[in-house]
Amino acid sequence: MRAFTTLTGKVIPLDRANVDTDAIIPKQYLKSIKRSGFGPNLFDDWRYLDPGEPGMDNSRRRPNPDFVLNDPRYAGGSILLARKNFGCGSSREHAVWALDDYGIRAVIAPSFADIFFNNSFKSGLLPIVLDETEVDALFAAVTATPGYTLTIDLEAQAVSTPEGRRFYFEVDPFRKHCLLEGLDDIGLTLQHADEIRAYEAKRRQEAPWLFAAE
Amino acid sequence: MSGKTLYDKLWDAHVVRSEEDGTALLYIDRHLVHEVTSPQAFEGLRLAGRHPWRTDSVLAVADHNVPTTDRRHGITDPVSRQQVETLDENCRVFHITEFRMDDTRQGIVHVIGPEQGATLPGMTVVCGDSHTSTHGAFGALAHGIGTSEVEHVLATQCLLQKKSRNMRVRVEGKVASGVTAKDIALAVIAEIGTAGGTGYAIEFAGEAVRALSMEGRMTLCNMAIEAGARAGLVAVDQTTIDYLKGRPYAPKGALWEAAVAAWADLHSDEDAMFDREVVIDAAEIRPQVTWGTSPEMVVPVDMAVPDPDAEPDRVKAESMRRALEYMGLKAGMPITEIAIDKVFIGSCTNSRIEDLRAAAAVVKGRHVADNVKLAMVVPGSGLVKRQAEEEGLDEIFIEAGFEWREPGCSMCLAMNADRLEPGERCASTSNRNFEGRQGQGGRTHLVSPAMAAAAAVAGHFVDVREF
Repeated sequence: MRAFTTLTGKVIPLDRANVDTDAIIPKQYLKSIKRSGFGPNLFDDWRYLDPGEPGMDNSRRRPNPDFVLNDPRYAGGSILLARKNFGCGSSREHAVWALDDYGIRAVIAPSFADIFFNNSFKSGLLPIVLDETEVDALFAAVTATPGYTLTIDLEAQAVSTPEGRRFYFEVDPFRKHCLLEGLDDIGLTLQHADEIRAYEAKRRQEAPWLFAAE
Repeated sequence: MSGKTLYDKLWDAHVVRSEEDGTALLYIDRHLVHEVTSPQAFEGLRLAGRHPWRTDSVLAVADHNVPTTDRRHGITDPVSRQQVETLDENCRVFHITEFRMDDTRQGIVHVIGPEQGATLPGMTVVCGDSHTSTHGAFGALAHGIGTSEVEHVLATQCLLQKKSRNMRVRVEGKVASGVTAKDIALAVIAEIGTAGGTGYAIEFAGEAVRALSMEGRMTLCNMAIEAGARAGLVAVDQTTIDYLKGRPYAPKGALWEAAVAAWADLHSDEDAMFDREVVIDAAEIRPQVTWGTSPEMVVPVDMAVPDPDAEPDRVKAESMRRALEYMGLKAGMPITEIAIDKVFIGSCTNSRIEDLRAAAAVVKGRHVADNVKLAMVVPGSGLVKRQAEEEGLDEIFIEAGFEWREPGCSMCLAMNADRLEPGERCASTSNRNFEGRQGQGGRTHLVSPAMAAAAAVAGHFVDVREF
């Protein structure tokens, strides 16, 4: 996994609550058997005026001028700012892969849906929860200031604004450690293979029906 | 010290080890796999030279991409076909049991797990699909995971997890005739909101929940994720045990007896503490219809589309305005005046035999309205389809003008050919009314099977209690 330490990037304001994973990456793109290439279809239904299908040349489609990703002001942004319950709905990790492939490295919102939140860490995308009032302040600042950037420091668990304000966020110590070091979860878990085997042996005694196949 | 909740018991029984911050390595008993969220996980295993830890815990099926029409010629969409063939190949190479497209046992992953007895009380169940919460109806700890976690479970039989908080939703009293598990689920979401369950495991309890069949409990737990909770739970009782007895994957003989004895403990202790408790009066619940683009945008059928100007929360009011615009509705319009173009009866929420019986009872001897372009029934599995045919339900639907299809996820998420065209309005028994969910520009209204059937006959929403 790619490590996350610090990030300074332009902010893209997506002023919507309950942004679901169907909106982040619509279902027709889930037919891919790869992990990459989803970026051009991030927010596909909102981003283009004409319907999209896998394999289309997106450069020939009509962009929706009212959608924030098509606003030249926010081009090259790497931090997405959104409202509450971001990433609700389906468990598709393709949503995280699409954000990542587009170049988003962190999402700031007042709350996230559990599965999306969990999935983000697996691809080195940092979901940051800030208060509603802090998020409001950031929305106001980013819309008022062209080229508005933030600096995120995972070690310090802080988001710094150009005006010198610092907003602190929570992150589980274990997740933070894995993200800072870019550690592979599976490799870490397999270091405990003996403990898993011991648990399994004990369970086979206690609840043998859990191990009986058809 | 207070007693344990059902969730606490399931959690404690599966912890292999814990990190200092409480992150636990949780052992997984059953891993259900489908074609959409697994190819990258198998690829990851292959690239790292790893193997599945315990193949007999895995059960695979293709459901999202499969056609619901004639399957003799396979899947015509080459991209969908490749995804299903990739699953077939991965299952072959890694020696995983798969119900393939021509197998009668094939169906929606959350229908076939319980149907086969592959979901058992006391298990941990995961699947790369958010509606895995369905299996919590059996007193199992079940939730959706992402593809990286699918790979993690395949490789290690475990999942890295932080424990959720405990919520109990008690639905007390009896529901009126015509009010179903789907209506209870939508009423709960109306009460707590789509993010109300975030960070929680929700146990559904109370007289109205106890009175539900296993099919109804599955519908309720299925929708827990639409309230934000990864896991829904219902305590084990005789209804659970009666449902499971004799199913192919359920234990037999002495092992069955031992299992049933152990399952007696799968309920929350009397003195268990919940972080949040919500009480709903079952008698107050009326048939529900969603009007917007989030499951919390829902009202009883005898109400009108709400007015965003009356909503004090600015962000919420803005979401409501966007939803009304997308849905092509005006505030104040009675729900029963909303005319529909299509009807979809199916999905992991409502495609089981009881759902089909409820819908058939409404349409029997009637006909789909002229303004309804398509009304379809998609059974949850080949076995549900067969049973429905044995009961003559297929003929009732076909005579009423419905299409009787092959099993799969179908128009719940429109990954196959079944979808809404832009602007089309659908009465759907599925679980999500998000923008574009059933096809780009499509407009979804979530309802129970009986309500969908009544809407098909009337051509607009009607109160099934008066139908």
